[in-house]
Amino acid sequence: MDKLTKEDVHPKIIEALLGADSNITVEDALENEMILNMGPQHPATHGVLRLLLRLDGETILACVPELGYLHRGYEKMAENMTYYEFIPHTDRLDYLAPLSNNVAWVLAVEKLAGIEVPPRAQYIRMMICELSRIASHLVAIGALAMDVGALTVFLWTLREREKILDIWDILCGARFTNTYTRIGGVANDMQPEALAKVKWFIDQFDDNFSECEQLLNRNRIFIDRLEGVGIASGKDAIDLGLTGPTLRGSGVEYDLRRATPYLFYNEMDFKVITYPEGDCLARYFVRVDEARESAKIVRQILSKIPQGEVRANNPKKVLPNKVEVYSKMEELIQDFMIVNFGINPPVGEIYSAVENPKGELGFYIVSKGEGHPWKCKIRSPSFVNCQGLPHMIKGHMVSDVVAIVGSIDPVMGEADK
Amino acid sequence: MKIMEFKESLLQKIKDSLPKFEFTSSESIGELTFSINKKDIVMVCQLLKNDPDLSFNLCEDITAIDWARRTDRYTVVYHIFSMDNKFRLRLKCNVDEEDCSIDTVSSVWKTADWEERETYDMYGIKFNNHPDLRRMYMPEEFEYFPLRKDFPLMGIPGSLPLPKK
Repeated sequence: MDKLTKEDVHPKIIEALLGADSNITVEDALENEMILNMGPQHPATHGVLRLLLRLDGETILACVPELGYLHRGYEKMAENMTYYEFIPHTDRLDYLAPLSNNVAWVLAVEKLAGIEVPPRAQYIRMMICELSRIASHLVAIGALAMDVGALTVFLWTLREREKILDIWDILCGARFTNTYTRIGGVANDMQPEALAKVKWFIDQFDDNFSECEQLLNRNRIFIDRLEGVGIASGKDAIDLGLTGPTLRGSGVEYDLRRATPYLFYNEMDFKVITYPEGDCLARYFVRVDEARESAKIVRQILSKIPQGEVRANNPKKVLPNKVEVYSKMEELIQDFMIVNFGINPPVGEIYSAVENPKGELGFYIVSKGEGHPWKCKIRSPSFVNCQGLPHMIKGHMVSDVVAIVGSIDPVMGEADK
Repeated sequence: MKIMEFKESLLQKIKDSLPKFEFTSSESIGELTFSINKKDIVMVCQLLKNDPDLSFNLCEDITAIDWARRTDRYTVVYHIFSMDNKFRLRLKCNVDEEDCSIDTVSSVWKTADWEERETYDMYGIKFNNHPDLRRMYMPEEFEYFPLRKDFPLMGIPGSLPLPKK
């Protein structure tokens, strides 16, 4: 293996890694210490996360995460496109749960523009949020198990996720990058076949999910690799700004669906799952239980979902139905105006956050009354959760890094924006 | 109802604890915003976090706005959340172009570390006393600040050299 040189690692990163008081350089042969570069092309870092580790033997003394290998400048792009045009780009943030991001974005814009959304559309949104939470957690659990050596679980959880992708296929014609929501509603009503498929999925989910779980819950190797590894106490977790399952695995009962209810979450009956240990195993159990809670919410939605419109009647802000655009003059003009000039929300600003599978996804939008936002900031959960990595990794072995990164479940598409 | 009471007690508390502190509060779409002077930022954040009744323990987001043609060109925006009171507060500080710096709040919330690095990377606002102010996304040698309004959308040709073979 080639030695790291100054060209590979920027001196400022070395400085951060070693602490300002040290004068060791990379080329120096260290007695016991060495600097190990992990990623950005590493199968266990879930994308292009780069970690620089300072090792003493096999113990990690310090860790510096490097981000930006997937930086596409979405915040800059958002300032140069209309609010509608940005919906497809939100798919590419957390690409394991694209529909949650769609919902988060339109909720922010609707709050800013003051658009009322019909209840049926809200219920559909809530359903797709919960289903994508299940899908995302299935990948997280499978990938975590695969990272620590249990390959079968990954295949089984992806089999379950495939069924959710099939639902998306019926619902909006795309399996992965969905772009299903619209400002003021959703693209189309949920088809009876899609509803039937959701019902079928939820009915068989518990049994099939238990199967996956049984491979892990009493698996000695799996538990030994995760128990007591990567501990973040509740106080540290809040201070580091961790959100989502990572925070709840540290025993903090904080869920935006309960703290600041949006959609119809205040009418739903579900538990906020917490585990007090704060290690990787606790985060795994939070995800398992949360997937079950989500299934519970979907079941309630299926029994409660009302009939009615799925798009608000607000000609200046909400796109008309495609059928009407082709056959009526008024609708054609509205469509033309919205597509070309945007929806011009009033001057103001909004911070709207939702509970995504990975944690709190917030959009901060500043409007100057124009068709495109003046500023758009994406507060992505993976970005902030990655900040907890150095704290959790310190003092563990190199092999534990893989488990800790897997238990945080970062998606670099959203951490790098 | 509880939220209204909390808002009143928040304003009262700040007036009692910091009698000389100047700020303006405004409210839009149900969100409370304090506009404060940039020299007060650390002091106010310490009060907001450490006071047991207020306890804004979660720093959700730090970012900046570039107003392009305004006298105070930038505004640094903080979103903080009180988990106990379920209340979100926005703090705003104006920063002008000549003295493009503000004190860091990373001593108050650890989250602020990376959030401020990102703001520095994108807007070039320096955070005084920050422990590790490196660029977050862009390479360290990059000379420009991409989210400033004078940076073109298509980028600057040649500003990002290809890696050596």
